[in-house]
Amino acid sequence: MIPTIPQSRTIRAAYMAYVVLFFLYLALPLTVVAVFAFNDSQFPSLPWEGFTWAWFFGDERPMIGVFHERPILRAIGTSAFVGLCVSVLAVGVGTTNAFLFNRYEFRGRGLLYVLMLLPLVIPGIVLGISILVFSSTVAKAASDMANLDLQGLRPGLVLVVLGQFSFITTIATLVIAARLQKFDRTLEEAALNLGAGHLTAVRTITIPFLMPAIVGAFVVAFLMSVENFNTTLMLVGSDAPLTIAMFDRLKEGSTPLLNAVSLLLMLGSSLLALVMIMFQRR
Amino acid sequence: MQAAHRVGFVLLLTPLLLWLSLLILIPHVDMFLVSLRERVGVGEYAISLANYRSFIDEPLYLWTFARTAVMSVMATALTLLIGFPVAYYIAKMARGRVRSALFLLCLVPFWVSELVRTFGWMILLRETGLFSSLLQWAGLVDGPVEMLYNDVAIMVGLVYTSMLFMVVPLVTTLDSLDDSVIEAGYDLGGSGPSILREIVIPHAMPGIVSGSIVVFMLSLGNYLTPIMLGGKDSLWFTELIYSQFIVRFNWELGAAFGFMLLILSSVIVWGTLRLTGQTLEKTMG
Repeated sequence: MIPTIPQSRTIRAAYMAYVVLFFLYLALPLTVVAVFAFNDSQFPSLPWEGFTWAWFFGDERPMIGVFHERPILRAIGTSAFVGLCVSVLAVGVGTTNAFLFNRYEFRGRGLLYVLMLLPLVIPGIVLGISILVFSSTVAKAASDMANLDLQGLRPGLVLVVLGQFSFITTIATLVIAARLQKFDRTLEEAALNLGAGHLTAVRTITIPFLMPAIVGAFVVAFLMSVENFNTTLMLVGSDAPLTIAMFDRLKEGSTPLLNAVSLLLMLGSSLLALVMIMFQRR
Repeated sequence: MQAAHRVGFVLLLTPLLLWLSLLILIPHVDMFLVSLRERVGVGEYAISLANYRSFIDEPLYLWTFARTAVMSVMATALTLLIGFPVAYYIAKMARGRVRSALFLLCLVPFWVSELVRTFGWMILLRETGLFSSLLQWAGLVDGPVEMLYNDVAIMVGLVYTSMLFMVVPLVTTLDSLDDSVIEAGYDLGGSGPSILREIVIPHAMPGIVSGSIVVFMLSLGNYLTPIMLGGKDSLWFTELIYSQFIVRFNWELGAAFGFMLLILSSVIVWGTLRLTGQTLEKTMG
């Protein structure tokens, strides 16, 4: 079934209807989350009690808005901090990985490549517990042997960053390697012929060429980190990132406050996505 | 020159090896070792298979394990069935701006946290939710209907959450199928279904495999969707892992559970790759 082959009108219409239904299904949950952020009621459900901004800006009980809710604001800060750390680390290691697999032929390359892909097929919760178990083994060994108390290895932000980094790096590597593959090596050779050193050639020719992929990998890594739930859940300490904080609230019962936070999250990530698309157009 | 080449190689290799060994390989080996421990006294452990034995002996554990596997396979099949026509439409039927707009729309749910997506389904499906209110308003039912907290709700949530990871690889592979090949199929007297079976699906196989693997993994390892949308009886295996680790603090049994989940996912991923003649490098890289 392709446009150049004639098809009966009913089949065509049915197909169209199916696709439309599919996109309604995609949009429906997100739309209700967004709409009920403005409901002037204690619960994010019908009946519609009127429009309000209180779940964003309200500062009186029972309607305390997002911008006056300290724990949520702190959780947003934590998420942003973790996201930045993870993205910087993942893009850094992703770039070196991409260069390694693109530029060097060595024994064990195939095996290392498969190992590099492995984190994609390990369930996030298993990644989380394995890092939890290992860090506690290391912490125990350090305190037994050297009497060291390694705070960073207790469940907390350091472990959350490491846990997210462990699988986001694979994605950063794939994004950057895909673009490096398209790079014309002769450009670098030209720079070398003109007297540039190896590092200078890479810095002035290759890295600028890679920039769209590096920015793309950074944004994707940041979003994945902020949205991550499974790995974070196993490694989190007392400072909860946003998804964990929202999860704890949701278990106690939902108020439109959660809708407001969700709407802000959606706006934030679409903004980031737009920035990324703009950057890649240039 | 040669020396510089070597130094560069070592410098690039080090981060990769540190990452893979310290965060992936050694932690998993350590988790396996912990799963082989049995507590015999205060701070004393012996090596034994006791944790795996209690996994096999306790019907609830085995039942949850099998249930999680079967439901994940079902979620994967459903996602493929629902997503394939849409991917085909985007890749082969839509043109120009509509095409890129539809593709972008498919990506939208990915930009939103899974928690938000699940929350959306809760608002829609629960007793005081949108669907229930609409049904009452339309006079189709008398009282509120609870559509949340059952296996169907879990399925709806799982399929929704993973749809993107199926549609994107499908669109990419279908895109590379030349229209003239399909036309040739019609010229040679093929009918719609036979062309689908003999030309389109074989061509889309790499996309089907990589999409299915990712969706299966995501469903198997999902924690949020089953816990928020599922009922009291709809246990998911990840919930058992979580409760052993965080609630009961029985790390030995929890590690054994984690290892079983890892084996299950590896076996199914490996089996799928073998059956379809694909490799991990080709489907994921």
